[in-house]
Amino acid sequence: MVTIEFLGPIQKAPLTLEASSLRDVAEVLKQDAEMAQWLDNCAVAVNDTLVASLDTALKSGDKVSLLPPVCGG
Amino acid sequence: MLELYDGALNVPEIITRWYAEETDYNYGAYIPFVGTVREEDGIDGLSFDVYEPILNAWFESWVTKAALLGAKLKMAHSRGDVLVHESSYIAAVFSPKRRVALETIEQFVEDFKASAPIWKYDLKNGQRLYARERSTAIQGAGLLGRAL
Repeated sequence: MVTIEFLGPIQKAPLTLEASSLRDVAEVLKQDAEMAQWLDNCAVAVNDTLVASLDTALKSGDKVSLLPPVCGG
Repeated sequence: MLELYDGALNVPEIITRWYAEETDYNYGAYIPFVGTVREEDGIDGLSFDVYEPILNAWFESWVTKAALLGAKLKMAHSRGDVLVHESSYIAAVFSPKRRVALETIEQFVEDFKASAPIWKYDLKNGQRLYARERSTAIQGAGLLGRAL
């Protein structure tokens, strides 16, 4: 199982699901109406490293984080 | 060195301590940048969420980059609420000469605004409201929204 965590202003509890790549995660989240406003603007990290491909492989125990637009300072 | 604090920063303590820490290293330039919460649009203050694992990695990559130029970076940021006229952010660079320090502080602060995993909220009328319009999508964002 892979854990999906939603950071900052995304008011959503973590999910756990079966996924072998980020493509699988995208398929699940695209069906979630409350995520519609976030998927186009969130960066994605796997085990706290930012990634750039939907083909990024996932294994059991991995953590996927969604990072919405930022504004520090 | 990255320091996170709950609430507002004690600016005089931090920039004085950082100055003292580096006096023996022969740096000719020390440039601190202090970010202070302005009174604007009726807010009582700002509030911040910080995601430390990726912030730490981002900061360490900058420390390495600055070291190649002979410079040293320090940063402090708040978590939680910071009221109007209090400060939430300090970035500082030390370097042997001013040109590297001036260029590095500008690049570092701009990349911080675009990349550091920190989320800002307005404190207004007892609510904590995500500052969405002032926020920037991290480079590469939108991956999960692409057509499958």
